Amino acid sequence: MNQQCNRSSDGGMIDRSKIIKFQFDGRAYEGHPGDTLASALLANGVILTARSFKYHRPRGICTAGPEEPNALVTLGRKGRSEPNIAATVIELFEGLEARSQNRWPSLRYDLLAVNSLIKPLLSAGFYYKTFMWPRSFWYALYEPMIRRAAGLGALQNRPDPDRYEHAHIHCDILIVGAGPAGLVAAKEASRSGARVLLVDDQPRPGGYLSGESLEIDGQPGAQWAHEFADELRAMDNVRMLARTTVTGRYDGMTFCAVERVSDHLRARNTKVADLPRQRLWTIHAEQFICAAGAIERPLVFDDNDRPGVMLAGAARRYLNQYGVLPGREVLIFTNNDDAYLTARDLSAAGADVIVIDTRKKAPAAKLLPGRLKVFFEHALTDVSGHNSLSSATMTPLVVKGPKQTMRCDLICISGGWNPTTHLLSHLGQKPQWSQKIAAYTMIDSGSNAFVTGGAAGLFELTQGMEDAAKTGRNAARACGFSTEERSVLPLVSPNSSYAIEPFWRLPKQLSDGSKSFVDLQNDVTVGDLELSEREGFGHAEHAKRYTTLGMGTDQGKLSNVNALGLLAELRDQTLSETGTTTYRPLYGPVALGALAGQRTGAEFAPVRHSAMHDWHAEQGAVFTHAGLWLRPYYYPRGDEGFATAVTREVRAVRSGVGMVDVSTLGKIEMKGPDAGNFLDHLYINSFSKMKIGRARYGAMLREDGMMFDDGTVSRLSREHYFITVTTVNAASVLQHMEFCHQTNWPELDVQFCSVSEAWSAMAVAGPKSREVLERVVEDLAIDNGAFPFMAVGNGTIGGAFVRIFRISFSGELAFEVYTDASYGQSVWEAIMRAGQSLDITAYGTEAMTVMRTEKGHVAGPELDGRTTAADLGLGRMMSQKKDFVGRRMAVRDDLVLDTVKQLVGLKPLLEGASFKMGAHLVEDPTGIGANVSQGHVTTAVYSPACDHFIGLALLSGGRNRVGERLYAVSPLHNEQVEVVVSDPVFVDPAGERTHV
Amino acid sequence: MRIDCPWCGSRPLHEYAYSGDATTKRPDAERDADLSVWMDHVYLRDNPAGLHKEYWHHVSGCRSLLVVTRDTTTHLIESVSLAVQPSKGGKK
Ligand SMILES: [Zn+2]
Repeated sequence: MNQQCNRSSDGGMIDRSKIIKFQFDGRAYEGHPGDTLASALLANGVILTARSFKYHRPRGICTAGPEEPNALVTLGRKGRSEPNIAATVIELFEGLEARSQNRWPSLRYDLLAVNSLIKPLLSAGFYYKTFMWPRSFWYALYEPMIRRAAGLGALQNRPDPDRYEHAHIHCDILIVGAGPAGLVAAKEASRSGARVLLVDDQPRPGGYLSGESLEIDGQPGAQWAHEFADELRAMDNVRMLARTTVTGRYDGMTFCAVERVSDHLRARNTKVADLPRQRLWTIHAEQFICAAGAIERPLVFDDNDRPGVMLAGAARRYLNQYGVLPGREVLIFTNNDDAYLTARDLSAAGADVIVIDTRKKAPAAKLLPGRLKVFFEHALTDVSGHNSLSSATMTPLVVKGPKQTMRCDLICISGGWNPTTHLLSHLGQKPQWSQKIAAYTMIDSGSNAFVTGGAAGLFELTQGMEDAAKTGRNAARACGFSTEERSVLPLVSPNSSYAIEPFWRLPKQLSDGSKSFVDLQNDVTVGDLELSEREGFGHAEHAKRYTTLGMGTDQGKLSNVNALGLLAELRDQTLSETGTTTYRPLYGPVALGALAGQRTGAEFAPVRHSAMHDWHAEQGAVFTHAGLWLRPYYYPRGDEGFATAVTREVRAVRSGVGMVDVSTLGKIEMKGPDAGNFLDHLYINSFSKMKIGRARYGAMLREDGMMFDDGTVSRLSREHYFITVTTVNAASVLQHMEFCHQTNWPELDVQFCSVSEAWSAMAVAGPKSREVLERVVEDLAIDNGAFPFMAVGNGTIGGAFVRIFRISFSGELAFEVYTDASYGQSVWEAIMRAGQSLDITAYGTEAMTVMRTEKGHVAGPELDGRTTAADLGLGRMMSQKKDFVGRRMAVRDDLVLDTVKQLVGLKPLLEGASFKMGAHLVEDPTGIGANVSQGHVTTAVYSPACDHFIGLALLSGGRNRVGERLYAVSPLHNEQVEVVVSDPVFVDPAGERTHV
Repeated sequence: MRIDCPWCGSRPLHEYAYSGDATTKRPDAERDADLSVWMDHVYLRDNPAGLHKEYWHHVSGCRSLLVVTRDTTTHLIESVSLAVQPSKGGKK
C-alpha cells in the first residue's frame, strides 16, 4: 500500500512539510500535523478499523467527530492504555500507538464473527430471554461467554501514571461551540463588556467551517474563523478553551467540562511532566449560549454498516480539512440538500460521483456540475464487499424499474442533521419535533439559556450568524450589560440552503432481509426495533432499554433520531407524539482519572496528625486510622507482636502508669448566660446545676431516641463550659448542636465553636499517675482532697498552661491533661521524663479499647445508632425533670420491651477459648435462619486482668440473663464458641480505683 | 447547584450540608406529650412536587442554617433566608 495514497497534493489544514510516524495494530504509518488518527488512517487507505460490538462485523470510520460509533481504538500501552477512544478525536502525535478492539485473533480474520450466524439468539431483549434458562447457567456460562464475545476495549488494571487537575472558572456568559455562530455570539456579547467564556472541543476554532469550501468575507471559511478568533482572544474579557468538551449542565448554572491539556503533546520520549493530562473544569456562568452545531445522521438500509460507508459531511470534512480523498468511486445517498455539497467538493477533487436522492427533486442540484448524475426517487438497497466496498445496488422507490449495480469504494450517506441540544436538555427540558428540518429542536431553551446557529436548527449560515449576533446581545443584556444594536455581519459565499424529506428506513419490500443498522455501535437493527415494538416495548424509553439502542459510548448521537422515526412509523405516530428519550450528562465519555482529579493515593483524603505524632513515630508506634486521624494503635518493643505489646501496655497502666494521646477527641467551647440551659436540652443529664470546676460524663440522643454520642462536659466558670465528644463524631455533634440552637432554641443566648485543633490532650492513667504528674504540674494541687474525682483545674507544666481533668476511661486513677497544641509535644515529653523512673508507658488505642471493655464502657461498636441509653445501661442518667432531644421517643413502647437488646458482658465457657466481634448469639448453634439470632458480640478482646477473653454484646433481654449459656457463632469463620452471659463490668465494679 | 448564602454570597453545593425539612417544628415538650405528634415530627415528611422549604447548613462557610425555598421539580431556588434572624445584641 502506498504511504498516504489518499492524500491530496494541496489544500486542507495540515502541514505536509512535517511527517508524524504512528502505528495502528502494529503497522507503521505516516501522517501530518493537523491530522487525527482517523484522517491519517484514511489518508493511508486504511478502511477497516474495527469490529462491531455484538456481531463482530467489519467496520470503518463513519464520522469525523466525537460522535463516531465504529472506529473506537485502544490508545497507548501499559498504564497509559485507554480503551474505546474514537479515532476521530485523537490528534496525531509522534509515536502514537493504537490498537483495534473486539477482534480475535486479528482485525481482518475475526473468529467471533460467527456471532453473526447466531444472530437470532442475540436479537433485542436477548439478555432477558434467550439465556435465562436454566437460570444457574446464566452466571456460570452465558454471561461470561457473552461478555467475552460482545464488548469493546478492555480495561487494564495498572495505576494511571498521569496527573489530572480540577479547576473552577466564573464568567458572565458561557458559549459552547466556537463555530461561526459561537464566534459571532462571543464577539457581540463581549463588546458589551461581559466576561465571555468560549469553549470548543476541537483544537482550532471554526467548527464546521474547517470542513467546508465556502468563503466568508472573501477568505476561506476556516481562515476567517481563525482571524476572527484571534481578535476575540485579544480581548481582556474573553477567554477561550480549546480541546474542551462541556460534558454536563447542572443546577444553578453550573457546568462541567473536560480540557484535554496534553494528550496531543504526548509524543514519544517527550516529557510533559509539568502539564496535567486533562483538566476538569467546573464552570459557573450567569447565562449560557448553546452554539454546539449539529450532528449528521445516517440513512438506514441493508448492510449500511460496511467499511467505506461514511457520513456525507464527514467525507467532505476529510477532504477540506485534512486533504484526504476517502474514495474515488463515490455514491452519495441522501434525503437532503447538504450532501450535495459533498458531491460538489469530492467531484471537484477528482472523484467520480453519483448522487442517489430519495426525494423527487433537490434545490441544491443546481450546485453540481452538469456531468454529475443524480438519481431522484431512488434508494441504495444493497451494499457489497466485506472488509471494504466493491459495489452497491440502487432501486427506484416509486415507479417499478430495474435495479442498477454500481462499482464504488466510498458511500456517503446523509439522513439529515440533528441540532446538538444535549446541554439544554440536561436539566430535563425536552426538545420539540420540527417538520421543516425533520429534526428535534429546542424551542424553549429554558431560563438563563439561549440556543443559536446549527444547534437552533438554523442550517443556513447567514441566517445562523444573524441569529447568533442577536443572541450574543440578548445574553449580555440578560447579565445587565448594555449593547449596541447594530453590527456588521460577515458575507458568506456561496450561501447554501437546506431542504429535507425524512426517510427513516428502506421500504420493507425493497429489503432482502439483510441487517439494516440503526445503532452501529450497539449493533441494533431495524429488526430489533420491530421486535421490540411487537413485544410491547414500543415506547421510546422502553425500546431503548429493550434493544440497548443509544446505550453505547456514543450515547446514540447518530442513532436516536432514526430510531424514533422508525418507532413513529411502526406505531403510526407523529414524531411529536413519539417524543425523545432523556438526555443526561455526560455528553461524552470522561476518563475516571479526570473525575478523580488530584484526589488519588495520598491525596485521596487529608490525614490528620496530633501534635505528638512525631514522638509516636520515633517510638515506633504502629498507627491506625480513626476518621481522618492517624493514631498510635500500639507501641511494639523489640520483636513484640500485637497481642504481647497490647497486654504489656494494659498491665503497665493497671499496675503503674501509662499515657495515651487523646488529642483527637472533638472539643467544643461554649459560653453564654444560657449555656447550661442549652446543654440540658442537648444531653440526657443536666449541666445547668453542675458546680464550677467539675466535669461530668454526658450522653446525647438523636431526636428518635437513639444514642448519638457521649463524652464529658466541664464547667469552667458560670457561663463557660468545655465539652469533649468522640473522635469520629466531632464534626457531626457540632453540626447537631448548631441545628438545635438555630432551629429549636434560637432564643437561648449561647455561643460555641470547635476548638478541637487548638488543644492537645493526653490521658495519664494508672495508680502512679498522680505521682508522675505531681512532679511536673505547677500552680495546681492535685491531691485527692483538693482535686477529687471529676475535678477540673488550671495549672502549668514547664511553664505551659495546662487544663487538667480528673477523668478516667480506663477505670484507674487518671488525669486528662490539655494544653495549647503548640506545646503538645513538649508537655507530653515533660510528663514522659517525669515518669521515667516509674516506668511510664505510652499506650495506644487498642490498650484503651481493652481497658474500656474491662470496665464495660460503651464506645463506637455499641453506639451503633440502634441502641437507646437504657439499652446500654445508662437509663438512670435520663433526667425526668427537663426536656431534651430524644426524650419522648426514647421511651416509646417498642423501645422499652423486655426483649430489646441490652448491653451485657460475655466470657467463654472454656477459659482458653476466644470469640469474635460480630458473632451472633444463639441458643442452638445448629439452627439457621433470620430469627435464631438473639443478639451479637460488639466488642471482643483478651483481658489481661481476667486472663481470658471477654466481650460486650447486645442481647435480647440481656440484663436478666446473666449466667445463661449461649453460643457465639460466626459462620464467616466457621466458628461457634460457648459463652456465658455476665455483667458488662469486669474490673473494679464498685469504681473504687478512680477515687483514690 | 449553588446556594446564595445571606452572609457569604453564592457558594457551591459542596460547602453545604442538607439538614432536612424546614417546614416541621419540634413539638412543645410540655403541650405535645402525645407520642403520635412526636412520631409525625421525627418520621413523617411531605414530599411535595414544587416549592419546598429545606434547611441547608453552611458547614464550610459561616455555619448558619439557611431556609432554602426550592422547587423540587426544577431544582430552582426561589429564596434563601437565615433560620435565625441575627439579634441586635444579647438578652436583657
Ligand atoms: Zn454562609
